Amino acid sequence: MTPERRPGETVSVPGARRGGRHGDDERDEDMTRLRDAVIAGAQGLYLTIVSLVGSIVLFVFAVLSIAFILLGIGFFTTPAVLAAVRWYAGAQRTRAAAWSGVTIPNPYRTYPADLRPGLTGQVERCTRLLKDPATWRDLEWLLVNMTAGPVVAVFAPALLLYMLYGWVLALGVWKPIYDAGGGEWFAFIHVTSQSTANQAALLGMGFFLLGVLVNPGLVRTHFLLSRAFLAPTPAMRERQLAERVDRLTETRHDAVDNSAAELRRIERDLHDGAQARLVAMGMDLGTIEAMIETDPAKAKELIAKARQNSGEALTELRDLVRGIHPPVLAERGLGDAVKALALRLPLPVEVTVELTGRAGAPVESAAYFAVSETLTNAIKHAGAERVWVDMHHAEGMLRIAVTDDGKGGARLGAGSGLAGIERRLGTFDGVLAVSSPAGGPTMVTMEIPCELS
Amino acid sequence: MRVVLAEDLFLLRDGLVRMLEAFDFEIAAAVESGPELSKALAELEPDVAVVDVRLPPSHTDEGLQCALAARRARPGLPVLVLSQHVEQLYARELLADGNGGVGYLLKDRVFDAAQFIDAVRRVAAGGTAMDPQVIQQLLSRRSSDQPLGALTPREREVLELMAQGRSNAAIASQLVVTERAIAKHTSNIFGKLGLPVSDDDNRRVLAVIAYLDQGR
Repeated sequence: MTPERRPGETVSVPGARRGGRHGDDERDEDMTRLRDAVIAGAQGLYLTIVSLVGSIVLFVFAVLSIAFILLGIGFFTTPAVLAAVRWYAGAQRTRAAAWSGVTIPNPYRTYPADLRPGLTGQVERCTRLLKDPATWRDLEWLLVNMTAGPVVAVFAPALLLYMLYGWVLALGVWKPIYDAGGGEWFAFIHVTSQSTANQAALLGMGFFLLGVLVNPGLVRTHFLLSRAFLAPTPAMRERQLAERVDRLTETRHDAVDNSAAELRRIERDLHDGAQARLVAMGMDLGTIEAMIETDPAKAKELIAKARQNSGEALTELRDLVRGIHPPVLAERGLGDAVKALALRLPLPVEVTVELTGRAGAPVESAAYFAVSETLTNAIKHAGAERVWVDMHHAEGMLRIAVTDDGKGGARLGAGSGLAGIERRLGTFDGVLAVSSPAGGPTMVTMEIPCELS
Repeated sequence: MRVVLAEDLFLLRDGLVRMLEAFDFEIAAAVESGPELSKALAELEPDVAVVDVRLPPSHTDEGLQCALAARRARPGLPVLVLSQHVEQLYARELLADGNGGVGYLLKDRVFDAAQFIDAVRRVAAGGTAMDPQVIQQLLSRRSSDQPLGALTPREREVLELMAQGRSNAAIASQLVVTERAIAKHTSNIFGKLGLPVSDDDNRRVLAVIAYLDQGR
């Protein structure tokens, strides 16, 4: 990119070609470099401290906790400690992506959400965690992250800050140190005179320049080191893919079953409803035609009946359409469709919507029916008097929370309506969580990954 | 009386044109899409517009949006909206400006020509025509609430018809009683609900609907 430039005009394009006619580009680029290096220095300092402290503390706790499994206590502490380790590793993953653009995928296995309660569940949870090879790789990472990790990271701030020490020496501080019977070493220079002190200052500037060149690379290296342990190995990746294939097979099966059942229902509704009414209307019209002259009074009666049939056929079709794809959903999208639904319910439902655009039609439809069924549950089973629906979209997720003031005690077990909703959301990789203590309130949250347009 | 008609299904548009002409309306334009409707409403200055909610090219609520936009440009422009389904959400939006001259009916209502034409005339005159389904939904949600629960069955019937936008005379003929009896019922209803009595039919309708819709 070499746009024509007028003298004195500053063009600041990141990554622009070096060697601008007036050196403006060059100066800008140097400034960017310097800024990046200073930022990387600060990041390096932060990483050094966080890596050292965090890794050591967590490693000690993890080892102790796992050892205590022999005493039984470990069953209770280990999941918590390992959760902390995963959180700490997760923070490192986030930093790696944000600071150096290094993406580190998650290697952890997924666990069934409904573990048995009580002691057995706790033991099962602990065993599952310890059987996951990613857990042991996390611990290995802690060891690396308390040794090699900080060593790499500490160079970033050190290269920049060492220059200051060189200057301090050159400004005369070398003398009292020397007089006190020392002789300070600045890197490989033994500082015994003003000239060697000046050399130290010069070398410090050299280190600084080196820092400017390599600092971002050092921070990146630190993260690459983490990635070597935190990213899944090929074997783990394969297992993850296998799990994913299983899940996709399962959800596809559910989706196919669902749509087949839906089609059967629609067919039956049409067959027994609108279609039958149209047949009746046709018959009535035939009779009317035959008797309109011989028995006008009877014909008039039949006309009224035919009109009533047509009205009822329309009502049935309207209800059927609402069950297939609600008109407001087609016309206005998810937010207004749920608001319109709320207005038709016999209890106050407060709907808050923060959606900047529309999700894809299949997602909108799935989300709508999920909310609709959750609301039906709240009214029918929980005996709720008030319901709150909150819908918003953030970080590629459509999040919906339905809260009611009913009697609670809803469970996500097999055969419950909630399990059906969960299955249908599963087709979209959506998840559903229920919090429903006995006595209420019940809160059902749904998350569906999707983009808004 | 000049009518602009917007309906994308040819059969229904044709039928409506014939019905309106049979009752001495002048069809200023019969259009089939949103942009055409907006143009017709802006240029032809009709006495009343009869509009389908869903229109091409988007097949969303384009007709409703055009009608609302036209009413913002020309407050009080009488609009009768027709739809395959009625939603309180849309009814609320139509009534929101409080100007009257609004109708919202299921398409089925055109089966009864006399009542449909009456609704068009009422809207054109600045009145209201709400579909019985909208009013029933509003009423059923609050059936147990006080003071609505204190109304006699007859008073509820009158309230329902009143909320649809019918005049006392129309209600009287529908229920086969005298207009005076209806006037008595209305003042009882207004007393029980604590609403100010008004001689203006349209104000009365809007007050009743707002009362039924409150707290939602």
